[in-house]
Amino acid sequence: MATRGFFGKRPTEIEADRLPPGQYLTEDFPVLSAGPTPHVDLDKWSFTLKDGVRPVAKWSWDEFAKLPHVKLTRDIHCVTKWSKFNTAWSGVMIDDILAEAGIEAPTGFTLAHSFDGYTTNVPTADLVGGKAMIATSYEGKPITADHGGPARLLVPHLYFWKSAKWINALQFTARDEAGFWELRGYHMYGDPWREQRFTGD
Amino acid sequence: MTTVEPSPGLAQPHRLAWQEARVEAIHAETPEVKSFVLRPQSWSGFTAGQHVDIRLTAPDGYQAQRSYSIASAPDDSGTIELAIEALPDGEVSPFFHDVVEVGDTIELRGPIGGHFIWNAPLGGPLLLVGGGSGLVPLMSILRHRASVAPEVPATLVYSARRYDDLIFRDELFRRRDADAHFRLEVALTREQARDGLHFGRIDAALMARAIGTETPKLTYICGSNPFVEAAASLALAAGLPFGSIRTERYGG
Repeated sequence: MATRGFFGKRPTEIEADRLPPGQYLTEDFPVLSAGPTPHVDLDKWSFTLKDGVRPVAKWSWDEFAKLPHVKLTRDIHCVTKWSKFNTAWSGVMIDDILAEAGIEAPTGFTLAHSFDGYTTNVPTADLVGGKAMIATSYEGKPITADHGGPARLLVPHLYFWKSAKWINALQFTARDEAGFWELRGYHMYGDPWREQRFTGD
Repeated sequence: MTTVEPSPGLAQPHRLAWQEARVEAIHAETPEVKSFVLRPQSWSGFTAGQHVDIRLTAPDGYQAQRSYSIASAPDDSGTIELAIEALPDGEVSPFFHDVVEVGDTIELRGPIGGHFIWNAPLGGPLLLVGGGSGLVPLMSILRHRASVAPEVPATLVYSARRYDDLIFRDELFRRRDADAHFRLEVALTREQARDGLHFGRIDAALMARAIGTETPKLTYICGSNPFVEAAASLALAAGLPFGSIRTERYGG
């Protein structure tokens, strides 16, 4: 159904090729979160890898800083409709984290945990194979607290609520367990190109 | 830090279908905000604080989507009210302001959102802090509280640029005067104070006054990201528990 009188400010052809359906391009970097911004001291920061309830490996900030850091430049897409092109991150690939821990991913499902109690689920296959990292810098600078610093998950090919801010653990789970927004009606997977915003999309 | 508790009964197991909604009324609220009363074809209610997605389609099939908070309280009217601020570089909000007329049909789906919401079982006291158009979902909460749980103490701290930018101003002052359990603190950032209104940004003193002697059980903060950051920091500094504060940030 065409909307009477609407013609739109459509993106250029080049932009449209990179813009998933229903998204618009922004130069800003909007912030979304369910609560206040946690400010996590680096000396209290830690990141834990868990298999179910069992911790497999744990890093302090200094230990994490010694892991191999790589750069990743990607387009990102928020379920609230904005997309941002060419965001430049640096951090530790999930592949390298598993290698450092000396394990292969034990299950097909992963739940990301954050310092503020936030959780989100991502299939393990979407975290490995060069697809995702724990990012510690954005555009060459430490990630600011409102954007999830000191460290956030970055899974750029899924809607950005999957890229958990203030991350402190990745937990391998036997089943695909819904996280914070997934329990509140958001899609269990969240592919922007298939517009998987909400349950049933 | 504490875990944010899930809200009761808000999973959305069914697919949210797009549907048509008829524009039944349009009101100018401020120079930059108009409210739109919409009647969706099929509507089974919502929870105060939720939003809807709007989808506009051009003749060649190009579509634009945006989310807008619901300002009205859940009721039996079968209608919802959206209050939409015209953003100068916007694509959808200027369309609403300049083109949409009563009788038009708009596509929407919803309700959406299961966190920045309030219903009577959640109780109070409530502290609502809004900046600019961030008032909109708080208005739904206030209106709902007035009809279902007027004994729940509620304080609204509302920051706007000028007196004339206060959305639903007359209703808010009327509610303040009529409702012993509702307190209103208005901060005008670009206009000198007048009767009982604060001049300047929300500060620690205003936050302390808003919190008063009865610590809020739940605090809802909505506005631009800088506004929410500042207000949430003040609320935390005033001693409110991290997990009692819910935020919604506009400007995406």
